[in-house]
Amino acid sequence: MDPREKPAPTAAAPGAVELARPSRRELITRIGATASVLAGSAVLGRTVWDKGGFGARTAEGTRQVRDYRVKQASEFAELVIARNKPDLGGPDQTADAIVRKAVEALGGMKRFVSRGDVVVVKPNIGWDRMPIHAANTNPDVVASVIQMAFEAGAKKVVVADGSCNEPQRCFQKSGIWRKAYDLGAEVVLPAEHRFRTTRMKGEVLDEWPIFTTLVDADKVINVPVAKHHNLAKYTAAMKNWYGVLGGRRNRLHQNIDTSIADLATFMRPSLVVIDAMRVLMRNGPQGGNIDDTKVMNTIIASADQVAADALGCTLIGQHRDNIPYLKMGHERGLGTMNWETLRVKEV
Amino acid sequence: MTQHREHAGVSLDLPKISATHAHDLVGGVSVEPIPWKGKVGVVTPIDLDTSWTPASRVDAVPVPSAPESKASGCGTECGCKSKAPVSAPIKDSEKMRAMEQGRLASLSARLGFGVAGEVSASSPASVAPGGGKPKKIDPKRPGSGIPARKIISTLVWVRRVSQTAFFALFMYFLFQTGFRGNFAARSDTPVRLPLPVEAFLLADPYVGAMTLLSTHTVYRGLLWSLGLLALTLLVGRVFCGWICPFGTLHHFFGWILPSRKGRGASRVEANKTHTYQRAKYYIMYASLIAALGGSAIGGLFDPICVAVRAIGLGVIPAAQYIGGRGLGAVQDVPARPIQAAADVTQDFFARTVWQSHQFYFHQTWFILFLLVAVLFANRLIPRFWCRVLCPLGAFLGVFARFAVFGMEKDHAKCTDCNLCLVNCQGADSPQGGVKWRQDECHMCMNCETACPEDVIKFRFLPNRASAITKTDLDRRTLMASAAAGGALILAPRVADALDVNYHSKVIRPPGAVEGRAFLERCIRCAECMKVCPNNALHPAFFEAGVEGLWTPILIARIGYCEHSCVLCGQVCPTGAIQKITEKEKLGIGTPPVKIGTAFYDHGRCLPWSMQTPCIVCEEFCPTSPKAIWVEEVDAPMREPTPGPNGEQPAMKVVHLQRPHVDPSLCIGCGACEKVCPVQDQPAVYITSVGETRSKTNVILLENTNYNQKT
Repeated sequence: MDPREKPAPTAAAPGAVELARPSRRELITRIGATASVLAGSAVLGRTVWDKGGFGARTAEGTRQVRDYRVKQASEFAELVIARNKPDLGGPDQTADAIVRKAVEALGGMKRFVSRGDVVVVKPNIGWDRMPIHAANTNPDVVASVIQMAFEAGAKKVVVADGSCNEPQRCFQKSGIWRKAYDLGAEVVLPAEHRFRTTRMKGEVLDEWPIFTTLVDADKVINVPVAKHHNLAKYTAAMKNWYGVLGGRRNRLHQNIDTSIADLATFMRPSLVVIDAMRVLMRNGPQGGNIDDTKVMNTIIASADQVAADALGCTLIGQHRDNIPYLKMGHERGLGTMNWETLRVKEV
Repeated sequence: MTQHREHAGVSLDLPKISATHAHDLVGGVSVEPIPWKGKVGVVTPIDLDTSWTPASRVDAVPVPSAPESKASGCGTECGCKSKAPVSAPIKDSEKMRAMEQGRLASLSARLGFGVAGEVSASSPASVAPGGGKPKKIDPKRPGSGIPARKIISTLVWVRRVSQTAFFALFMYFLFQTGFRGNFAARSDTPVRLPLPVEAFLLADPYVGAMTLLSTHTVYRGLLWSLGLLALTLLVGRVFCGWICPFGTLHHFFGWILPSRKGRGASRVEANKTHTYQRAKYYIMYASLIAALGGSAIGGLFDPICVAVRAIGLGVIPAAQYIGGRGLGAVQDVPARPIQAAADVTQDFFARTVWQSHQFYFHQTWFILFLLVAVLFANRLIPRFWCRVLCPLGAFLGVFARFAVFGMEKDHAKCTDCNLCLVNCQGADSPQGGVKWRQDECHMCMNCETACPEDVIKFRFLPNRASAITKTDLDRRTLMASAAAGGALILAPRVADALDVNYHSKVIRPPGAVEGRAFLERCIRCAECMKVCPNNALHPAFFEAGVEGLWTPILIARIGYCEHSCVLCGQVCPTGAIQKITEKEKLGIGTPPVKIGTAFYDHGRCLPWSMQTPCIVCEEFCPTSPKAIWVEEVDAPMREPTPGPNGEQPAMKVVHLQRPHVDPSLCIGCGACEKVCPVQDQPAVYITSVGETRSKTNVILLENTNYNQKT
């Protein structure tokens, strides 16, 4: 023990205990510790200082776009409507054959998918319904598109959708999971962690959770089903992008047309293949009654989602002028609702 | 830890010796070590510090006379205190041998068997004067050094493997209690679980007995519980020590989590049989009387139910929450490979352990709190749950008396080292000098492995002179607890009328049986809540009354009843929710199963009161034709901004679709309530009225039983 630390003998009052004074070294250590805690808390406090107040961010600046379009090619049709025409003397064709001849008329899948691409196929797997109810995309049509994407040299084909009903049940009962798995495509269920909040800067869709699997791709092929929708009147290509959104998308119904236009602005697919093999004519979008469906054996293919929808809505007896979101898309320059002005081909 | 150093110096300070000695006795090779604390207590028993070595013991000639020190040595049954004079480190092995003989003589006099002469023949088994193969002596082993029988040490390891395997199986079943889809299934394949995930509950004879008393039938798979009963009749409470996943959990925590104060002598003390262990019998009998009165409320205490409820509704979602937060943070790292790895990890967990989205369970904090409490109780009383509370253990304990396999004790050889007690799981008095309690024993075999003196033997058809097979119960308390069980049911039954239902939000799962019958069957096992793919079913807190604690209710705001899903009935072990098919539920050829009816709150509904288009409810309504229909109206609406010069705002006319519900078509699934965009309190909501299970909780005349067409 350091002799300096011994208590100095003093004439203290009887009973009072004279304690040893701290050494210089201890003094420095103790004061140093105090000072560093103070300095540390000051630095921490300054760096994480919250000045308070709330600044609501508003939609401004340019809209976010995920553009997967390919170059135009003038030698091919821009809008194709393919039908099974056994009554007109043609052969009775399967869904696969109809999809193939439709895409062939657009210039073939090789025009849209390059070798080594990661291709996302986005069918409508919204409801816990079987193929016969025509509430989800026909699994044969989806399978055909997957097959063609692989034939065109795609490295990976991903099939995904954000369902309305319980996703696992929707994926299984739609029959798409099984078909896609058999063809070697990756099926991604809309798990919570797959969604990330993104600023789309749309008119009503500003900040929203986005199903990242659907946008992390080289090419995106939209494979919706054409059907009746009680609020939007008709749903196919543009409305199909609702599957990109997570969160509480029920609020969007209050301005469904603008939100559809916002989504179609955000997602610009490489190719749209509308399934109208069996069409839900009433009680859409969920249906559930086979009597509400009508077999049409038709496929509409185009790179222009507005034109494809403008043509597609005639299948359920609607007209483009009655569907506000088509007009919005047209005005925003996403495509043309006057599909007659395009190079149309019927096969 | 300082005490054991002092004991090397010989001192005859008796209290000190006894304290030291008690501490030292905890030693022995068979004490299960705690990974980060090393061995429990001290390894070297006091015998090895003296000349009392196996070698000297072999040479020693037995002295048949009883010396003077015997009287003080064996006055009580308490091992450590009374042994102090015996175990004082006396160097003279001759003298020690003599004292031992005296103690044994008094023991045999009291217990009525195990003559002193036997000791001389069998105690130094290594030389085996009667012939036979000499046993190898392990010098590290305390006492005689005779190793445990090979078969027993093997069985202990078989038990550990069995416990691990059954626990893993239980957890696997729990993870599989949920629908994750199947890529191989066709679109028309009915959605069913491939595994009997409720198997542990089906094998539970306590559940079987309760529902037998309440419904006078044995429901479907519960017949399997006879198998477990048969196993108990053969080999005692093997279920508790070898199979029960909740028991294994307590075994594990008792081993890993002993309190500093719960070691050494206090652990020996804690592992002796205590009267508080009777509590489980009283709980069991009270539950059975309650079941006789028409309530399966005893399921609140069933260990399998507790395990499914606490782990399925609490631990797994909590783990998912932590995992989701952690991996979510990793996903924000701006590096693609790291994000991809986090995604893959999340996918893996979502596919195997939990679900693809976070599940929440109403008021589950209380269930988790109770789980943590009983796990912590292991710190002071190992396997507190199993010894004191478990009614299934009590039920099996009652039947264990008929078991043909059991323990035989040769009290004469016991040196009161208490090593058996240190390792005892059931607190069933394995030590010498007292009778073994068959009804408390978990058949873990730890005592025989630990015993260094060949006292304990497990065998078929053992001599029962050293065992108590009957449950040790106080008749008056038994009567009182049975009466309490009856009162427990009467009190809530007269507190509210079950016919009009306790609460409009008590919405039972589809296929649930009528109110009273439901309470007769529901054991609160939470299988239905765990399996529900939409997180719709929740444990009721007090919504369904005191008696309805933790019975399933549907909270549509969190999740709705998926239209074509019948999984809750599939996993229900007791038939509280019947195993309906999709056809029955959807009403193909029969009236559909309704669980309630939807109602509109026009004051909150957007098209009704705010002139704003919406009808998400109509879109999600799953019935065909839809129970929600819309009325097309042109309604006046005020412009939000006032006119020029402070005039009233202009009016305009908007076209709207206003939803209505058709109560004859509504099945009460709650999809409309789930998706209603009026976030806090929905504009459309379901209540239980109109449920098909009740003949009285109805709205429409056509649905009352008086004129129901079959």
